[in-house]
Amino acid sequence: MSQVLYSMAAFVVFPGFLFTAAVGLLVAWVDRKITARLQWRVGPPWYQNFVDFFKLLGKETIIPRGASRISFLIAPIIGLIGVTLVSLILWQVNLNPHQSFLGDLIVILYLSILPSLAIVMGGSASANPLGALGASREMKMILADELPFIVAIFTPVVSIGSIKLDSILLYQSNYGMMFTHHLSSIIALVVAFFCLQAKMTLVPFDAPEAEQEIMAGPYIEYSGPPLAIFKLTRAMALFALPVFLITIFLGGFQFQGLGILWSVVKYLVILVLIILVKNTNPRLRIDQALRFFWLRMFPLSLVGFVLALVGL
Amino acid sequence: MSKLWALKKSIWVFHLCTGSCNNCDIEILDCLTPKFDLERFGIVLVGSIRHADVILVTGAVTRKCLPRMKLTWEQMPQPKLVVAIGSCALSTGIFSPGYNIVGPVDKHIPVHAYVPGCPPKPEAIIDGVVKLLGSLK
Repeated sequence: MSQVLYSMAAFVVFPGFLFTAAVGLLVAWVDRKITARLQWRVGPPWYQNFVDFFKLLGKETIIPRGASRISFLIAPIIGLIGVTLVSLILWQVNLNPHQSFLGDLIVILYLSILPSLAIVMGGSASANPLGALGASREMKMILADELPFIVAIFTPVVSIGSIKLDSILLYQSNYGMMFTHHLSSIIALVVAFFCLQAKMTLVPFDAPEAEQEIMAGPYIEYSGPPLAIFKLTRAMALFALPVFLITIFLGGFQFQGLGILWSVVKYLVILVLIILVKNTNPRLRIDQALRFFWLRMFPLSLVGFVLALVGL
Repeated sequence: MSKLWALKKSIWVFHLCTGSCNNCDIEILDCLTPKFDLERFGIVLVGSIRHADVILVTGAVTRKCLPRMKLTWEQMPQPKLVVAIGSCALSTGIFSPGYNIVGPVDKHIPVHAYVPGCPPKPEAIIDGVVKLLGSLK
């Protein structure tokens, strides 16, 4: 019984939903602030994303005529559960490596697609041509980025010879970060970084929700609480997915003494890189994005994979 | 109460042109440039009417635009506010003798704040939005 209660608390409070949501909204503010500073603006105050979230909770929920009611309303929740579980598993393993289970890496890979699938589902259910267009683009984006992402994530798995997250963390705490002594992992890190950008549909891979051409795409018909949940999911993904990258390639999180500071620095470096790429690039058309991932990133990740197989 | 506080701190605006000469629209976009930076106050321009809290209407309403303006207003989620920007939106301005003008805006949808000027300066638009928020209860 107490085990069940403990799991529930872990899912809802720490390190699950509430923790990820709070940090995610804060991180989304860092995104907005750095974007503003890069454009010589002042930018919003730190609590802006929390206010946005609570305001959206108080707005009216409109379900458009002709929309599929159930899938329209359930889509945001599916995405939220997916990203919460990703964050939960990652933090449990980082806090206590004994909680790792066989194949947790594969579970995380599967769950991290859920937010994108939720966007596809909600966009198609909204009975709006622009929403359907955004959903179809999102689907193509999944097809584009999943292939190189999975190959890149499995490169360190081949180098180490284990598919459990705790052995990846243990290896890195014994021998240093993955990319400092494996050429293959440097390549995989670069590929995974770009795939992360596409998974969060940030510029240059934000064709699915291009605000100027298809007006937020799959989100176009959402208002009130469902929109708030979608915004929250995006903010949480901005927190959880870089943590995944850090766990696999950059030695995970430490919780003793200066290790905490070092972990935060690692996370912030990845975050600022993501924001800089977002702010200095134009949007790619969906076919250009597909070509970028299949013809550039996929061969590159295959090269990394082969290097890992020969032991580099 | 907390709902109102959140609404005041995070205003998402939708920009609707009902046949203006585009001058007011340029001034609205001026508000979002680095010099004025409305995102400091949580004001963001959104692309879909479903996300908006405030709708900024410019232009004397033309016959073609009237059904579209009404439809846009009806599609907006509650609570919804309307700000009319520019002399044309307030009183149809120099276009009032036009054969196709059915405005002003407040003849057809309720308007909560008026910002006069041809075009109003960005400072005037910001002042109008601030006064609108101050009047909310």
